[in-house]
Amino acid sequence: MAYQSEIRKVTKGEFFPAIVDMKAKDWRLVQICAVSVEGGYEMSYSFCKDYEMVTLRLDVEMDEEVASITQIYPCAFLQENEAAELFGVKITNIQTDYHDRLYRIDETAPFKKKE
Amino acid sequence: MSKVSKSPWLLHYDASSCNGCDIEVLDCLTPKYDIERFGIINTGDPFQADILLITGGVNSQTESVVKQIYSQMPEPKVVVAVGICACTGGVFKECYNIKGGIDTVIPVDVYVPGCAARPESIIDGVVQALKVLDEKQTALEAKKAAEKSGHPGTAGGDGHGISE
Amino acid sequence: MAKRSIVPFGPQHPVLPEPVHLDLVLEDETVVGAVPSIGYIHRGLEKLVEKRDFKQYVYIAERVCGICSCGHGLGYCEAVEQVMGIEVPDRAKYLRTIWMEMSRVHSHLLWLGLLADAMGFESLFMESWRLREKILDMFDETTGGRIIHSVNCVGGVQKDMDSSMLNDILHAVKDLEGELKPVVETFLQDYTVQSRLKGTGILTKENAIAMGAVGPMLRASGVEYDARLLGYAAYKDLTVAPVTSQECDSYARCEVRLKELMQSFELIREAIGKIPEGDISVPVKGNPSGEFFMRIEQPRGEAIYYVKGNGTKYLDRFRLRTPTTSNIPPMVEMLKGCQLADVPVLILTIDPCVSCTER
Repeated sequence: MAYQSEIRKVTKGEFFPAIVDMKAKDWRLVQICAVSVEGGYEMSYSFCKDYEMVTLRLDVEMDEEVASITQIYPCAFLQENEAAELFGVKITNIQTDYHDRLYRIDETAPFKKKE
Repeated sequence: MSKVSKSPWLLHYDASSCNGCDIEVLDCLTPKYDIERFGIINTGDPFQADILLITGGVNSQTESVVKQIYSQMPEPKVVVAVGICACTGGVFKECYNIKGGIDTVIPVDVYVPGCAARPESIIDGVVQALKVLDEKQTALEAKKAAEKSGHPGTAGGDGHGISE
Repeated sequence: MAKRSIVPFGPQHPVLPEPVHLDLVLEDETVVGAVPSIGYIHRGLEKLVEKRDFKQYVYIAERVCGICSCGHGLGYCEAVEQVMGIEVPDRAKYLRTIWMEMSRVHSHLLWLGLLADAMGFESLFMESWRLREKILDMFDETTGGRIIHSVNCVGGVQKDMDSSMLNDILHAVKDLEGELKPVVETFLQDYTVQSRLKGTGILTKENAIAMGAVGPMLRASGVEYDARLLGYAAYKDLTVAPVTSQECDSYARCEVRLKELMQSFELIREAIGKIPEGDISVPVKGNPSGEFFMRIEQPRGEAIYYVKGNGTKYLDRFRLRTPTTSNIPPMVEMLKGCQLADVPVLILTIDPCVSCTER
């Protein structure tokens, strides 16, 4: 299928260099998605160039900190704030950090636990 | 409806709907449905509005905005809940960020069902609201007259009253 | 050094029917920064996948937004079908395409009206919305709903169109095309419109890519990218060429959308000409297991639907990255340096859909 996309697993050490590499090669950041899995989160960072799409997949433990990619991709701030607020992912140094006040919901991290 | 005694002004607010009802409310103002033929004008200013058309279920963030808009409107005022979300919460009822229908926050006079509410039913709701507005106006005047003659409470009706 | 002040913009304001709030940092009349704050319509719809099974969830996906409803249904269904390996019948693919293009026409006409309204050009607003009714009538005839259609389902579509319906659509499209001519001319030639749009809200090609703009925003900055070329639904059999402009300003974004309207008419004609006979859906057996990122081109730009199934009838995760989420950072970039009076029009040129963004 033409619109198949590649999912690349990256370790924490490879993560930042991979993002810098994407930026250097002019890939567009298209989406950031967090998924709650047992004992932590699965973060997906998707990039597009022309019609190709690549997703970098990073596994994060429950209380592990993830560095924000806003220094490289400033437009990531909305989706990183969203992941931090709705999932409770600990993302540090987001440029314009809303401190869990983006959606201003009453519940804390509603997506963290499965019902 | 035989005649309309006033030319009421409408205010529309989206409490947290999906847009569907909102564009249908706007649709009512455009040439095909043309709610202005009843002498109604859409306004953006709560201080000038008589009828509040409100769509969507209420969430924690819009709650205070809805209450504020309602309190800014002059008496008598009528609230029309447009669409099933505004009536009961609709499909969004089970969402963690939805409190339920508009009547959990402010009193509602007319309920307009539908997902999305069709322009015909919105117009019908507004026309019903006109009737309620007239009743409230009469009640308010009666109350004022009673206060003036020095017998408060003898004349029936309450300007703040809510007809179910 | 001019004095800095912060002006709150919204949430309840006359430009948009939806609540959105911006803190505008001003130096005299010039905007030097903007901080968007959203959340007035956040409902938490992605969480509902845990309470509704994957077939029922189509109805929730459609109600993420009333304007983009048709596309959300389509995107969600295609994503689930990819995970489950379902091949949809050809007729269903064509029907989806026809509805999708009609939805683009309705959305763009709605936007043109709102743009005219933001500029204070009331008669142009009324005219655009009057013409939009023709498409809504067609939706009403073919699906039974004006705004929310619920025609897409996992495995195909729920309703078929007979030849008289297809004919009616062709007639409506022809009517619309004729009646749109003076409207298009006004948008492109009128002095008032030009003075509000030309040269304002510049988003350079480099910035558009760096800030992740999508859809008409991206194409108006000279980037050729249209997710329809990925060939979902029946687009692989149809002629789609991305409409672009090199001007990068508000006027270019308006022009791109006007040309896309014409393109949609052609696509509807082509699809109706080629539509094959046959079934409109296939039975769906089993539950989704696996994950998939689906990209489709919504009227406002590329939207991404991520579905992750675990073999039960409840999905593990559904994520929707809507076009407006991607277009807000470029909008903030674009606002820097503009005049306060231009802010409403500039915000409108990204075609914001707040309900989509907040879900």
